[in-house]
Amino acid sequence: MLGIGILKGMAITAKNFFGSFVNKRLLPTLQYPEAGNSVTLFSRNIPFLVYDNDEDPLGTMRCVACKICEKECPPQCIYIVMEKDANGKPAKRPKVFDIDISVCMGCQICVEVCPFESIKMDSTFELSTPDRFEGLLLKREHLLKSNTYFHKIHPDEAQEVDDRLAAKQKKPAPTPSTPAA
Amino acid sequence: MTPINPDQLIVQLTQWALSFLDSYPLVAVLVAILLSTVPLVAVFPICFAITTWLERKGLARIQNRIGPNRTGFLGMLQPIADGIKMLLKEDIVPKTSDRLAHFLAPVVLMVPAFTILSVLPFNRNMIPAAVDTGVILFFALGSVSTLAVFMAGWSSRNKYSLLGGMRAIAQMVSYELPLVLSGVTVIMMTGSLDTTKIVAQQQLSEWIQSSNAGLQCLGQIIGWNVFTPWGFAGFLIFFVASLAEINRCPFDLPEADSEIVAGHLTEYSGFKYALFFMSEYVSAFAINGLSTTLFLGGWSGPNIRPPWSDDPNALLIPGFVWFFAKMFALMLVMIWIRGTLPRLRVDHLMGFAWKFLLPLAIMNIFVGGFYYYAPRWHGIPVVGWPIGFLVMYLSYECIGRLNRGPKTAQRVYHYAS
Repeated sequence: MLGIGILKGMAITAKNFFGSFVNKRLLPTLQYPEAGNSVTLFSRNIPFLVYDNDEDPLGTMRCVACKICEKECPPQCIYIVMEKDANGKPAKRPKVFDIDISVCMGCQICVEVCPFESIKMDSTFELSTPDRFEGLLLKREHLLKSNTYFHKIHPDEAQEVDDRLAAKQKKPAPTPSTPAA
Repeated sequence: MTPINPDQLIVQLTQWALSFLDSYPLVAVLVAILLSTVPLVAVFPICFAITTWLERKGLARIQNRIGPNRTGFLGMLQPIADGIKMLLKEDIVPKTSDRLAHFLAPVVLMVPAFTILSVLPFNRNMIPAAVDTGVILFFALGSVSTLAVFMAGWSSRNKYSLLGGMRAIAQMVSYELPLVLSGVTVIMMTGSLDTTKIVAQQQLSEWIQSSNAGLQCLGQIIGWNVFTPWGFAGFLIFFVASLAEINRCPFDLPEADSEIVAGHLTEYSGFKYALFFMSEYVSAFAINGLSTTLFLGGWSGPNIRPPWSDDPNALLIPGFVWFFAKMFALMLVMIWIRGTLPRLRVDHLMGFAWKFLLPLAIMNIFVGGFYYYAPRWHGIPVVGWPIGFLVMYLSYECIGRLNRGPKTAQRVYHYAS
């Protein structure tokens, strides 16, 4: 009969209306600040730098300032300056490690290219700041987070990384048998 | 001292207050006018505020959202927040606009919207203006809103506004016909244009005046026009046409935001926009009030005589409670429809009015006439009801099928595989 389609449509909207009072699936809204957030184990947002010892963040950070991530970063939001000791020899750790999160697009390429498992993706999202220049330029101190924290946000991935690092430790890199030609 | 009749309490209070002014007839007239108009102007903006809240919450739930919930309990203060926002906004008038018409348009829209409320009988003896030709007055004043919308569209000097105004004219003039013609059936059956008489005709007075409470209740309901075949069809036609008449979804083409910005409202801001918004809702209330009066028994509803009263017409629940309940129920259906149906295309809109609703409304007049003269058995329309229903159903099906148009062939894609 003519007009049945309209009645069917009205029934569907009525079902949604009344269902939203009883069925959680029909009212998926999360009241954000009061009722927590929707961060899951799969949330990936901006990168952070991993260090191992909670007491000594700067001493045990995994980054060696090799600048691979800086070179690979598509929007070029990473800026690294390697630290040098008193003699001017490179100290294999960054003096400056900045990420401009207003430029970062969260592509995770830095994570994939890092050979030292030192840069990983964070799941934090409350990054707004009243200062749009300095506030959005994260320095080394802001980016450094412990391995414990990494275990907390992405346990499976962190365990995998730990296993990989442990295997590498056990089997030290083979020393070149022949000197470079 | 007459026993208190809850139904007529307000009316009695008004008469008591006016009895002090018996020696000053002119003042008494002025006070009587104020006493009947001020409540209208006070109550309906409140109803408007409640409806905007209901609409926002209802639409939100239909769309699986929560809706406003930050202002007061369940967001109930949202209309006040909206109002404050509107009042604080800058009133921008386009440089090249026709300033006078631009200024007058919201006023011209609002005045008739409130005026037509005055012919609605909210309760027994509670009608702001008891006019013998109430229904005609309602339709005549109600069609002024077409002019106001076109004034707004024309004076803004904006092509979207003008398009919206022209759409509004075409739509409102087209839908005026089925609207009035479906009302004509009721006028014809009642034999009166007086809204109070139309309501009285829908009540079975001998049942209401009987001593049985159940019969008293039923007598207030069973006579509603909507329970007759012509009344049911007329109610549906009237309701659909009234949706178009007040530019509600799915007939909101004059302010179709995805096509012509906001139509005639494009160049309005601040308080003038708020006036437009309010007038739209007040005229929605008015037209729902009229369809309540014509088809849903006006202020009559399941009601009994108070046990302490021996007045055969006394009622326990005031009639305006039922009137407003029905009006709000129709308003909720409008919100429900808005949450369901998409907007019509312009040619479909016009075709629907002229090729579907209008023939159906004319057919309805004939069915009404047949129902009136069909033989009855003990006052029960044993012939008129089934045959009238069958004729209305068949004409609905036939007109629907005739409107279906040629079946288009399955589209063949030549290049895409």
